[in-house]
Amino acid sequence: MTQTLLAFLPFYPLISFLLLIGFGQRLSWHLASTLSVGAMALSAISSFIVINQLSTQVPVINVHLWEWFVLNLNANLSDVTPAKINFSFHLDGLSAVMISVVSGIGFLIHMFAAAYMKGDENFSRFMAYMNLFIVAMLILVLADNLVLLYLGWEGVGLCSFLLIGFWYKEKANVLAARKAFIVTRVGDTAMAIGLFMLFKELGHLNINDLTATAKTFWVAGDEAPYWIALLLLGGAVGKSAQLPLQTWLPDAMAGPTPVSALIHAATMVTAGVYLIARMNGIFLLAPEVMSYVAWLGAATLLLAGIAALAQNDIKRVLAYSTMSQIGYMMLSLGAGAFSAGVFHLMTHAFFKALLFLTAGAIILALHHQQNLFKMGGLLKRLPFEATLFSIGLVCLMALPGSSGFFSKEAIIAELWSSTTAGPLLWYCAIFGALLTSIYSCRLFFLAFMGRRRFEHELQPSTSQLLRISLLVLALLSVIGGVFANTLTLSLSALFPVLPSDPINEPQWLHSVAIVTPFIGIIFSWLYFADYRAVEPANANTFQDKPSVFVTFCRQGLGFDALYDLLLVKPYSMLARLNRRDIFDQLIMLNAWYVSICHDVLKSSQTGKLRWYAAAIGLMTVLLLLSLTIESFSRGAS
Amino acid sequence: MSAIPLSHILILACTLFTIGFIGVIVRKNTLFILMSLEVMLNAVGVAFIGAGSVWQQADGQVMFILILTLAAAEVALGLALLIQMQRRFNSLDIDLLSKLKG
Repeated sequence: MTQTLLAFLPFYPLISFLLLIGFGQRLSWHLASTLSVGAMALSAISSFIVINQLSTQVPVINVHLWEWFVLNLNANLSDVTPAKINFSFHLDGLSAVMISVVSGIGFLIHMFAAAYMKGDENFSRFMAYMNLFIVAMLILVLADNLVLLYLGWEGVGLCSFLLIGFWYKEKANVLAARKAFIVTRVGDTAMAIGLFMLFKELGHLNINDLTATAKTFWVAGDEAPYWIALLLLGGAVGKSAQLPLQTWLPDAMAGPTPVSALIHAATMVTAGVYLIARMNGIFLLAPEVMSYVAWLGAATLLLAGIAALAQNDIKRVLAYSTMSQIGYMMLSLGAGAFSAGVFHLMTHAFFKALLFLTAGAIILALHHQQNLFKMGGLLKRLPFEATLFSIGLVCLMALPGSSGFFSKEAIIAELWSSTTAGPLLWYCAIFGALLTSIYSCRLFFLAFMGRRRFEHELQPSTSQLLRISLLVLALLSVIGGVFANTLTLSLSALFPVLPSDPINEPQWLHSVAIVTPFIGIIFSWLYFADYRAVEPANANTFQDKPSVFVTFCRQGLGFDALYDLLLVKPYSMLARLNRRDIFDQLIMLNAWYVSICHDVLKSSQTGKLRWYAAAIGLMTVLLLLSLTIESFSRGAS
Repeated sequence: MSAIPLSHILILACTLFTIGFIGVIVRKNTLFILMSLEVMLNAVGVAFIGAGSVWQQADGQVMFILILTLAAAEVALGLALLIQMQRRFNSLDIDLLSKLKG
């Protein structure tokens, strides 16, 4: 029973996707949304049933669907058993968290999307892509081997591309989609090479036995796990938008808002975190890479925090905050606090989906105005959305009592005494928390307080679907902390407990971590006074004439320009230089030869009958002559 | 009647054949080309008859009758085509029919 439910989990949205793609244009809004949201509801319900079957007695559920293909490490060696790559699902504590987030949050976002995208001419296509995305993500998290995981991994990449460029008639969207695809491809290539190496070294790719096999082959600090972990980290970095492949995420906000919520906040970008948590056995054998993970996470969360301070598009602020929160997850994974990282992944999915969807509702009410400087005073005019948005921000800032508080404090608490992190990274995390609360307050002041700066009348959506999904997400964001114990319990079997030394920790660590967001709030209350005032003291506050530094931050600290200069420009220059490709010319020689022969033969085809007759006659004479000469010479000899 | 040597017959046949062939090549008028073809066919006929009489075999005459039939059929077809040509192109110039030029 449980196994059947688990086996069917990704197939509900898949069927819905096929139906929508096949007959989508003929379905009414009601039918299309019932189909896609209903499939998601089935998925969500069955995933909760399945998760409830997991217990300490039944730590994993496996279901084997079919054998996909067989990989031979070396065909000449008969003693090596070929590795079977199965289409099988593997459910344990970690994937249970992931499928509950993917299908649960995915269901709520589908509900929202059905209301948000109503009236779009390609509504069914949109819902079909969203469903396909859920399929790929479920396969990714349920895969029992890394090849199947990679299938899901590429599947979400594809859906991300399709959905970012959903409104393909505007060039900027298409460029953003292309950029996201290419940048993540860099990471995916690294990951693929990592998988090849892993297979070459260990001879199989089953997630279940990988840690055990790795431990028999290697000891900590060996070279092979170092390179494999580094390459896998490359994949994770690309998908999770961490340094140095983070540039695609802010641009990905070109997609419709439910996409940003689903893909670029709640689920897809956490795939990298999932990968590292899943491969913890390999990563623990490479302590240097663990500290790289931590440092990358810390660098990204600081960079994204600074960039978020300068944004004026509400969705880009949220995009940068996503980057920085995933930075926290990476930091915690790097510090060896796997369950804290996964817990933050879950709570972040709750509140970031809430933030994005509420932002979507606000944008809808403002006639697709996303500029913060064109908002203001929405607290009184959109009380429902404003309340929910502030709940999300409170969780983001990790104020005590909210779900974000539990998870972020769990991460920060582990950093100081971790062997792969340390006090310096603790300071980074605290500073990042400070930045988080400052940009959250800036966003709140600009959007919800102060003077009204938008021109058109508000048109808040009255759809019940939209409101219900927002309310459920808000509820989850508030009470998300209660899952902490269940989660830690179910994950404890999966992740080894690293040795740490809590005696060295100063007493003030926890109090500082709790107080930091409040310092940020007080600072921004004073510093951004103009933003929240109805009559700003400085009249030019909302003119938005950015200084050079602000522009630099707004463009993501110049990474785009740097990559443009280092990679894009030289590449396109080379392409232009080699426009008449040398190898092309070599191959074209064949064509020239054929065409010359053609010209020669063509000239013989005059179409004049008499010439043909003359040619036949001439040839006959020559033939006869040669025969005669031959017979003469034979007679002579 | 003294027997005519085979070489004389063959020389006559070759001469006739060459004349006919040159006629096919140099004449532009399709009617004359057809006539030259007849000459060529008759040259072949002469060779057959001569060879038949030299070796005292009937095969040569049989072949000549076949050639004669063939020539008749050919002339019938050729003249029909000629009439069509005259109707369509208003001319019998064989060089005008060069649509198959490469």
